[in-house]
Amino acid sequence: MTAISMEAGSAPTREDSTRDSSMSAARLFRAYLTEAKYETVRMLRTPAFAIPFLGLPALLYLLFGVVIFGAAIRNDAQAGLFIFAAFALFGVMGPGIFGFGMVVASEREHGLLTLKRALPMPPPAYLVAKLLMAVMFAVIVMATMFAVLPLSQLKLTVGQFFAAAAVSILGALPFCAIGLFIGVLTNSRSAPAFVNIIYQVMMHLSGLFYPLPKFLRAIAPIWPTYHLQQLFFTAIGLPSQGSAITHVAVLVTLTFVLTVFAVRRLALKG
Amino acid sequence: MNDSFLAELSGAKKKFRNTVALDGLDLQVRTGELFAVLGPNGTGKTTAISLLLGLQQPDAGTARLFGKSPHLVETRRQVGVMMQEVSLAPELRVREQIDLVASYYPAPLTPDAAMELTNTTPLAGRPYGKLSGGQKRQVQFAMAIVGQPKLLFLDEPTVGLDVQARERMWVTLRKLVDNGASIVLTTHYLEEAEALADRVAVLAKGRVIASGTVNDMRALVVRKRINCSTTLTVEEVAAWPGVETATADKQRLLITVSNAESVLRRLLAADQNLRELEVRSAGLAEAFVELTQETKS
Repeated sequence: MTAISMEAGSAPTREDSTRDSSMSAARLFRAYLTEAKYETVRMLRTPAFAIPFLGLPALLYLLFGVVIFGAAIRNDAQAGLFIFAAFALFGVMGPGIFGFGMVVASEREHGLLTLKRALPMPPPAYLVAKLLMAVMFAVIVMATMFAVLPLSQLKLTVGQFFAAAAVSILGALPFCAIGLFIGVLTNSRSAPAFVNIIYQVMMHLSGLFYPLPKFLRAIAPIWPTYHLQQLFFTAIGLPSQGSAITHVAVLVTLTFVLTVFAVRRLALKG
Repeated sequence: MNDSFLAELSGAKKKFRNTVALDGLDLQVRTGELFAVLGPNGTGKTTAISLLLGLQQPDAGTARLFGKSPHLVETRRQVGVMMQEVSLAPELRVREQIDLVASYYPAPLTPDAAMELTNTTPLAGRPYGKLSGGQKRQVQFAMAIVGQPKLLFLDEPTVGLDVQARERMWVTLRKLVDNGASIVLTTHYLEEAEALADRVAVLAKGRVIASGTVNDMRALVVRKRINCSTTLTVEEVAAWPGVETATADKQRLLITVSNAESVLRRLLAADQNLRELEVRSAGLAEAFVELTQETKS
């Protein structure tokens, strides 16, 4: 380590001119942690990002699941859980797809990513930080959703609770990959349009909020939201379609392919 | 390729669509020097730095940083960077921005020490997005030095700074060099290169057209400027051998000459009442204009 002598108004003096440029594992871990901390802090300080993503899912669930359809749900727990699943998944998708899509496009365009590539930031830290931010948001969303669940008189077993938490929080990852894919291909002006279109189309055409007509149901499996919804249904004890392995395989493959493409493009072109 | 150079471009070529940014550029940065890269806009200064930082690949030639590929993160841990156009996260406070960059380095200064060195301590708790343009540049400077890099790349660091802030940055830069750091600086401000640089390279059309000390640059341009108060007319003097240009400014005559001595003898002989005579070498500004104009022609 270098010893630094700091006197008032003087520049630091190097006592070891052949300083080692290797990083200890602890410092490397700190670099990842610091990147993730400030990525989350800055998103929490952006009200236009934090309030809708953190507050809306539980509020909308309260509106539809308690106020409007509360009485009906008391007689039809399955319908209640369907609405619960819809708003939980709506909540965990957003931070990933928007946090990556719009933020990566803007940071590429405005030079922040270039600066980070020039600096000795550990290369994966940029994406890992955004990923942890999205997961952190998903955790908060699910905590608020679980907090309001009893208001609609619905109950989950301990096993269902943990399975639902795991599916939804890990389920944020494919949407991070989709956001990243959009973010590396668009600029800050076009990214919001692309992100919104894909976000809305995926939610509505996968049957997240309401049962689909037959012809749309047939093509619903092309949307990752459909696969996540089926896994979530299994977790909370609702009847689901297809096998869990297939759903997991589709989501993992999609995440992997889009991430590899985006990471390669970022490394080559920034 | 010489490993004793901290950074080196050899025969680097780079083309963007139909524009040639670098056309076989050779640059070497030596230990302990402040090296200024000068040139008008669009001459390839920023592209040269981008190649040395591994942000772009040369189409031909090589870029080396500490004798290795600039793409290696280990290599870049010895480097600090201040870029020309960058928007940092506006929500983060100044100390947080510096703390984040410090985390990338093996043995950084504390954010407080970096802020003290760059006179940014009063800004510590302010959100970056609320700072003025000049304050943002100062914070970016703190971020560039916080890792205690051996080599600093500063792309137009003093653009947008007021005179006092610019001079304070110059003092800090000199201290860093005195303590063993090396600095590559691109600048429009010729007085900045004159005040700071140990060595200068002038770029035009993606090539080095001249390099050496500031004095070497001045010497490259042998012309001198004579300024005097005389009754002689512009037309008369302009016709003399050795006179490049002659212009009148109120009662004064401004003459650019390639052979000062012979013109001076003739001036003094022709006008016995000649007063307020001044002869001076071309400054770096004149040298720079001349060198880049020669390349254009």
